[in-house]
Amino acid sequence: MEATAASPSRSDLKARRRRSSTLTGRDRMWLWLMVGIPAFLHIALVWVPAGLTVALSFSEWDNLAPLSDISATGFRNYWIIFTIFESDLFGALFNNFVLIIWLTVCSAVGMLFAYLLDKNVRGSSIYQSIYYFPVVLSLAVVGFIWKSTMFSRDRGLLNEIWPGGPVDFVGDGSKLFSFDIPFLDPALGLSKNFAALLVAMAWRHIGYIMVMYLAGLKAVDPSLREAAQIDGCNEWQSFRRVVFPSLRPINVIVVVITVIEALRAYDIIAALNEPRGTDVMGTLVTKSLLGEGGGRVGFGSAYGVVLLLLCLGFIIWYVTNHYRESDI
Amino acid sequence: MTKPTESSPKRRGAGLNRRDFMIGGTAALGGAALLASCGDDDDAAPAATTTTAAPTTTADTGPGSTTLGSNYSGEKNREALAAAVAATGVETMINTIDHNTYQENFNTYIQQPDDVVSWFAGYRMRAFASKGVLGDVSDVWSGLNGMSDGFRSASSGLDGKQYFVPFYFYPWAVHYRKSLFADNGYSIPTTWDEFKALCDTMQADGITPLSAANDGRWPQMGMFDMLNLRVNGYDYHVSLMGGNESWESAEVKNIFSTWSEILPYYQPAANGRTWEDGAGALREKETGMYLIGTFLTSQYTEQEVLDDIDFFLFPEVNPEHGQDAIEAPIDGFMMAASPDNETAAKALLGGMGSAPAIDAYIAVDPSVVAANSNADTSGYNALQQRSAEAVGSAKYIAQFLDRDTDPDFAANVAGVGIADFLGSPDSIDTILADIEAKKQTYDFE
Repeated sequence: MEATAASPSRSDLKARRRRSSTLTGRDRMWLWLMVGIPAFLHIALVWVPAGLTVALSFSEWDNLAPLSDISATGFRNYWIIFTIFESDLFGALFNNFVLIIWLTVCSAVGMLFAYLLDKNVRGSSIYQSIYYFPVVLSLAVVGFIWKSTMFSRDRGLLNEIWPGGPVDFVGDGSKLFSFDIPFLDPALGLSKNFAALLVAMAWRHIGYIMVMYLAGLKAVDPSLREAAQIDGCNEWQSFRRVVFPSLRPINVIVVVITVIEALRAYDIIAALNEPRGTDVMGTLVTKSLLGEGGGRVGFGSAYGVVLLLLCLGFIIWYVTNHYRESDI
Repeated sequence: MTKPTESSPKRRGAGLNRRDFMIGGTAALGGAALLASCGDDDDAAPAATTTTAAPTTTADTGPGSTTLGSNYSGEKNREALAAAVAATGVETMINTIDHNTYQENFNTYIQQPDDVVSWFAGYRMRAFASKGVLGDVSDVWSGLNGMSDGFRSASSGLDGKQYFVPFYFYPWAVHYRKSLFADNGYSIPTTWDEFKALCDTMQADGITPLSAANDGRWPQMGMFDMLNLRVNGYDYHVSLMGGNESWESAEVKNIFSTWSEILPYYQPAANGRTWEDGAGALREKETGMYLIGTFLTSQYTEQEVLDDIDFFLFPEVNPEHGQDAIEAPIDGFMMAASPDNETAAKALLGGMGSAPAIDAYIAVDPSVVAANSNADTSGYNALQQRSAEAVGSAKYIAQFLDRDTDPDFAANVAGVGIADFLGSPDSIDTILADIEAKKQTYDFE
């Protein structure tokens, strides 16, 4: 820039201003298009429907009558799901909560697998393929496979080898453990069939996370580890102090994936025909909105809003965290 | 194809708005919901289109062509339906959608349907008729011969007009293998005590008396219905389904206490078993009896097994009601509120309600019984004859829990309660209180 002024800070400002003003009209148009089109699509396809869902949750509509027949009901839908359908709602919320914890554990296992495979174990590519294989299947397909070949009480492989006779992995909604919560009618707890589902989900999630960490580990500068070794770090210390911190970008992505997977869980449960005890927020929403009954739009929307608030909480945390990081 | 479009564009436009609105709404909150709601349309995953050409002689003078939305997605059913449509002589494009997908998305589909759509009789039809999305087919009915009054009332909306043309039905009854009964000297029970005594004998012989499935939470609705019909009678059943009775009443508790008496004879862990696995157990003679619809036989391919299957009516529990009621869901067809070609649609409906169409259907798929009494019964197999007799002699015909009441209530409240009862029969009082509380949030028709 040829314009140099007395104070460097002012010159900086000036340069910046000049740079932006040097954008031609054509550049500016492209800029607007490139920002505008995605923003428009995002608002139109995500936030407008989300807003409508919130609006619908305060109304009653059967999804058939003309739009003018939608009647406002205030907080009635919320009152109903929090007081009368509370065993469904809190059961589902609890299951989503369990999923967050469980998938986090699976993510840790995936990281461990990746770390071990990265050590160039003999036949590591074979292990890699085996662990990664389930990831190419959609969770719905995973559900079908496990239901018929593993869980089935009459024909399932797991039941053939299970000590103490066959177990109803699909239908047994009784609780493995439960605890009472004051002011809440049903005891919350982990049902047996949901625990079985967790195993099927782990089968896929571990491989998924493993691949992400494998990619991350390949990018870690080997000289860092060498340096750590020379400085006398043992395996754990070098992982904890050197490798893990350098995987930070991957960790952020994995946390996001894990939480999103846990909150949006739906397909594997739907594939199992949503047995009692396995409901999550996703299945509650669709049960009222779709399905043959399908006539309780306001009701399903209220479930949806609860899920939306959960997701928003996480998104806000993530966005603030992410921006703080990039400031540093 | 000519498409007269007098009044349809407006309606279709309105439907589109609502639908897009809904799809968007669900998409924001769950990608999976979007997937499911996309499945409703013509582009649903396992969809297929078959055109049945009319005989050329009628093509010029006939009513033109129409479209038929079909949930006859099994290979055999699809073939049979095409034969039936061909028999009507109306040029029809058949849009086949996977059976479950069709049902799950019917609410959305019916807003932009084909001219003629396949569906079920009873409350399930009435709910849509009262919302104004179906066309009045009373004039088709005036041209139908061989339909009983029972079928007419099952096809009528609350306004007394007909919105449905019955095609066939299939009864629910207790199925068994004749050879198993003959080899062990079992006789058919007609009363509750005989039934329980037979179960005891079977258990002593090392046979699980009753196949029990409830995956999907509908198979045991059949047991609930039968017990209610036997214990409390048809009128009470209709009243309960209509939302007019308390689920905490002595009558309903009585259903479940009667039910508890036979739970020890059930295959264990019914909630996780598919009805197909229950059918497998009956075939292998691991179980002795199975309360299910006659569609059971579609699970069996070996002729030897098929010939060995018979059924008996659910035994009498309360002498006041005897065995006077049977559950026999009716499948048939309805017309869209504003079809593209109403003349052809009504011609198709009239044809489907007549004997030649159902004869052509049954020639391919003999697991059902014709609704039209003029149909040719000479080719019926033994089971079909028994089905026709059983329904013909019944004083009352119920549809099915999810066809006789609000389908959302049936699926999300009653069905859930029944599954919970099977999981822990002791907590029935809590379960019924929960059902009753939830029932209060529904508006029955």
